[in-house]
This record gives sequence, structure tokens and C-alpha cells, in this order.
Amino acid sequence: MDEIMFEKYDKMLFTPGHRACPGCGATIAVRAILEATGPNVFVVSPTGCLETFTAQYPYSPWGVPWLHVLFENAAAVASGVEAALKKRGLADKINIVIIGGDGGTHDIGLGALSGMLERGHNLTYICYDNEAYMNTGVQRSSATPVGASTATSPIGSQSWGKERPKKNLPAIALAHGVPYVATASIAYPKDLTRKVKQALAIRGPKYIEVHSPCPIGWGFDSSQTIEIAKLAVNTGLVPIYEAFQDQPLKVRKLPKRVPVNEYLRQQKRFRHLVDGQGDETHVALIQAIADDNVRRYGLA
Amino acid sequence: MAKGKLSVMEGSMAIAQAVKACRPAVISAYPITPQTHIIEFLAQMVANGELDAEYIRADSEFSAASILAGASATGVRTYTASSSQGLLLMTEMIYHLARTRLPVVFTGTNRQITAPIGLQPDHQDTMSFRDAGMIELYVEDVQEAYDTHLQAFKIAEDHDILLPVMVCMDGFVLTHVFEPVKTFEQADVDAFLPPYEPIHFLSLDKPMVFGSGTDDVNTMEFHYMNHQAVLRARDKIETVAREFETSFGHYRGGLIDTYATEDAEVILVAMGSIIGTLREAVDVLRAEGVKVGLVKVRSFRPFPAEALRQAISHAGAVAVLDRALSFGYQGVLATDVKTALYDAPVRPLVLGLMAGFGGREVNLDTVRQIVKRTQRALDEGRVSNETEFIDLKTETMPKFRVVT
Repeated sequence: MDEIMFEKYDKMLFTPGHRACPGCGATIAVRAILEATGPNVFVVSPTGCLETFTAQYPYSPWGVPWLHVLFENAAAVASGVEAALKKRGLADKINIVIIGGDGGTHDIGLGALSGMLERGHNLTYICYDNEAYMNTGVQRSSATPVGASTATSPIGSQSWGKERPKKNLPAIALAHGVPYVATASIAYPKDLTRKVKQALAIRGPKYIEVHSPCPIGWGFDSSQTIEIAKLAVNTGLVPIYEAFQDQPLKVRKLPKRVPVNEYLRQQKRFRHLVDGQGDETHVALIQAIADDNVRRYGLA
Repeated sequence: MAKGKLSVMEGSMAIAQAVKACRPAVISAYPITPQTHIIEFLAQMVANGELDAEYIRADSEFSAASILAGASATGVRTYTASSSQGLLLMTEMIYHLARTRLPVVFTGTNRQITAPIGLQPDHQDTMSFRDAGMIELYVEDVQEAYDTHLQAFKIAEDHDILLPVMVCMDGFVLTHVFEPVKTFEQADVDAFLPPYEPIHFLSLDKPMVFGSGTDDVNTMEFHYMNHQAVLRARDKIETVAREFETSFGHYRGGLIDTYATEDAEVILVAMGSIIGTLREAVDVLRAEGVKVGLVKVRSFRPFPAEALRQAISHAGAVAVLDRALSFGYQGVLATDVKTALYDAPVRPLVLGLMAGFGGREVNLDTVRQIVKRTQRALDEGRVSNETEFIDLKTETMPKFRVVT
């Protein structure tokens, strides 16, 4: 049995059998990313879902060298890996990709990420954005969208969920003057693979944010991950684009826009806004964010 | 055979020269007084092409230590220096480096911890890593700091050890002082310290997972192995010091150093630059007929319990001069010294004294006072378990009060 397993999975870069939840968006992202990198890659991950479900000693689905250090420093750790590869004469032979969640990227790891982007390392940082701290039980992060109910932004008589809009980290990354920033969605894995390949072809620091729905944290059936991801894009709430230096933004156009209501009502985290009498004021506010994205990014 | 060239230089320059001679592949640092001169000299060496290292100016001390974790896990020699708040900010990484057995070498330029913010040297910063699982060596002068850095890489990277090592040197007193220092030829340092040969590192040839999680089934075993490695360093520190002597002609190293202890009734125990003052004081007091001796604790972790027992058990009383306090209990070094003596068949009285805490000056008069206090304890035949503060200015404290 062991031999059969070995033959089947030895050459895979990311095997089945890990501990991710059914319907996990992050695993779709990881497979699309490794499709782009091939085996010549070192992956660095911060603490988070991906780390937890792929690295419980002595098991691992990783078929590529993988390094986890702490929660808030993956970008710094990868900077050191790159420096060491330079000294070992391997910098041009091995790609380095960081894959981390929104908590480790938007919040606690932002300082290290900013340092990495500013210093100009030849690294590709990819955030799988599931819009909250899922590993610890769905607490709000700065990537949680406005209105979402989480364990630390619960609804109540004085609360309609998270009060502040989502942090625009791609824009922050772009403000560092880096050569490539892109957004993607696990709804479109081929697009993600292409963008990772594009990033690897450019020298310098790159940032890619991948919208990755979480059935447990958002409250939808695990069979619906891709559908939810598509809906998010098609409302305009998650603009999909590529930003190169000194070039106009390349965006994924939305021929048939969907009202945000369609997206919100399929997730438990937003249900308080749409159930019963609903909360028209706040739904309108979220619709305005989508409309603003359409104007700002030219999605129409 | 004695080797080397004697010249007068700033302590920080001596450290930079030692580090340069050790050929680190990756250096990463973030500026903090009084470490800055070290990392500035190294930056200049890299800028001049004298030192072929990747030098990463990190966005924080925490990132600097993280960068070195990545570099060390990729199989190369690494170095950083920091101090005080910078070291505290690195804390999470220092524990991690020890527990993942990554042999990063640190210079800890000792400085008091905020608050109140200040620049004076004490040992509260570096001694806070007591339980991290790393090795800490305290030095008394610039020559020892230079020598210890050469030894630190050799100890850290030894396959029986594989632990981060911090060379702790008092800020300003040692970093900014100009002293005659014997430095060695590159070829001689290369012969003493061969290139780092990592066992486990990130490689396409053998993809491995680094940084897995464990549960109650495996965690204790990892900690036990880390503990055993720190314990093995007791022998390794001595061995490397003797190898150093063979290579360079003088012995500077080991777990402890003793001075005039054989017939001493009173023995002073301390660490760091204060030792220089204490040696002078012992000479003066000996000339006056006082039977006083001195033990320098050079290795704080691993703690040299057996060596200490042998060095101080015969004394009537021991005064431990502490520059770090476990608030609500006792001085950190005193606590360890007392623990080490507990199993001794005969044990001296031990006085725990805060001296030089917060950078307060310790001079000949201070030492006279300490020795007198210790002799009084000897006469009375007892000591208090309470820590005493040397030169505490009780009259100024009412002015500090914000809560009445």
C-alpha cells in the first residue's frame, strides 16, 4: 500500500490527504499557484489555516520545500531565504513564493510585507484572502468586508457587523512602486496560474491577492465555494485586475453585473442584512462599494 | 603560538572585524543605540567590498531576526546585533531560532529596558532570554568580545549543538570604549572556523517541510532535545576555548573564570564589564589583607552549576552582583547561584545584591561596601532571602511617586 501511495503521489507538488475543511478555497489557490511555479520553488507560509492543515508533524502534503516560521514575518523570512540563495548561487534557479492568509498579510504581517516590498526582493507574495481569522475561529481581520458578522464583530442591538470597509492592500502594495500587483479569485484558477507565471517572469517584489471563500467562516455549503467566489467577482465587490508599472490597469470586465444582495443572502455572515425586513440602508452602502469599484477600476 | 596584531580600536570596530573575519553570508540588522556602530562598520565593509555578505537593512529588529531565520534555514552563516527594546522585539524569534536549532550568532549590546527609557547598561534585556533555549556568553572587555565572537560561530554551528549564540557585552562601556585589541589574520581565522556545513536546509534535491506543528505526542521530545543541546554546550564551550588557545595562543573562554578564590572568605560573583572593576578592587582589598576573590560567570546559559560549586563552595560567604531582577523575587543570577549551591555538601551564605542595575556606577567604594556587607553576614552567620539594592537612594523616591 505504501508503495502504491508513493508512486502515485511522489511527484505531486501538493497531495491530497491534508486537513483542510471540505470546500476550502485556499487549497484551490495553492494548487493553481503550484501549477504555475512547478517544482523549482520554495514556499514560505506564515501561521494560519494553510500552515495548520498542511504541516502537522510528521505528515505533509507539500512536495516542494516549505518553510513556516511565525505568524507575522513570512515576508521577512522569505527575504532571508532569497539572500541565502543569492549567496549559494541559486537565486536564478529557484523561485520563492510566499502564500499566506489575510490575517498574516493585511494585519500582523503588514510591517514585514512593507519591508519586503520596499527593499526590492525578488519575491512573489500571494495572499489567499478568506476575509477573517479562520484558523482561530472566524474573528474579524482588516480584510473582513463591511457588514460581515464574525466572532469579534458580531451583530447585536448596537452592531450590524464589521463597521469598517475592507483594507485595500493591493493599493498599498502598489504604492510601494513594485513592478506587479494583481488580484485574482479561486473562481478562476487558470487566471490565477497565469498571473503567478506573469509575476515570476518579472524581477522584484510582486503582490497577488486571491479571493478565497471559506464555507465555515462565511456560512455557505461546501459545494458552493466556486459559485460564491464567482458571485463576489460579478457583484463588483472583488475587482480582478493586473497592475504593471507605467501601464493602464488590466481588468476583468463584468458583462453581467449581479446586485450585491444576491451575494449577501447566500452567506450566513451577511444574512442579518437581507433576512426578514432586511437592512436596506446597509445593503445600499455595500452596493455603493460595488458601484464605486466598477467606476474606479473600469469594470463595466 | 601567539598570533595577531595589537592595535587600539573602538569595541564596536573590534566586533565588526571579528564578524567580518567569520565570513557571515547574510547579515540583517535594525539600528538601536548602543549597537549602531557595529552595524555601521559592517555596512561600510560591505560597501567597500571588503566583506562579501548579503546585508539586509530590516524594517524592525523582529524582521531582522526573521530574515536570518530564513537565511539560516537556507543553509548559510548568519549574524545580527541588537540591544534592549530591539532584543525584546526579537523575543518571539529568539525562542523560535533556538527551538528550530538555527545557529544565528547575535551580539547583545546590553542596555536597560524601557520604562523609564534610558541608555545605560544592565543585563535585564539579554537575561530575559534565560529560558529561550539559546546560549548566552557574557564578556568583560573588548578583547574577550572579539575572541568570543570567533568562538560563538564555532559553538553555534557545531553539529552537536546547532543553537543560536548571543555574545552579551555591556553597551558603551565595551561598545564605545577604545582598547588595545589583538586581531587575527583572515587565514588564521579561516583555519579555526571552517565554513558552515548545515545538516538540514531548504533544497530542491530533498524537499522538506520546516516548521511543522506538533501536539502532546511529540512536543516534549523536541524541547528535551533542545535542552540536551544547551547542556552539551557546557563541554563544547570549553573545547572551543581550548581550540582557540591552540590556534591563537591565548585562552579566553570557558564557562567561568576565577580570580583569587582559593583561600577567599568572601567571593564576588558577577558577569560582564563590571568584572574589570572587580578584579582591580580584589587586588586593592587583598593588599589591605581582605581575603576576597572573584568568579566571573561567562556562560549564563548553559549555566555552569558544577563549575560554580567547585569554585565557591569553600567560601564563607558569596555576594552575587546582579544587573537583572526577577521583579517580585530576586536577582536573576543570584537565584541561579543559590540553586546551584543547594546540592553542595557544604555551602556558603549567599547574598543577592542589585549592583550596577540600571547602569548605576560600581566603583571601588561600592565594592568595599559590598565586601563589608558580606563580611557582616559572615559574622552574623546568616543572610536574608530578600534582595538588597546597593546605593539605593531612598530619599529621591518620594519625588517619583504618582500614586499616593
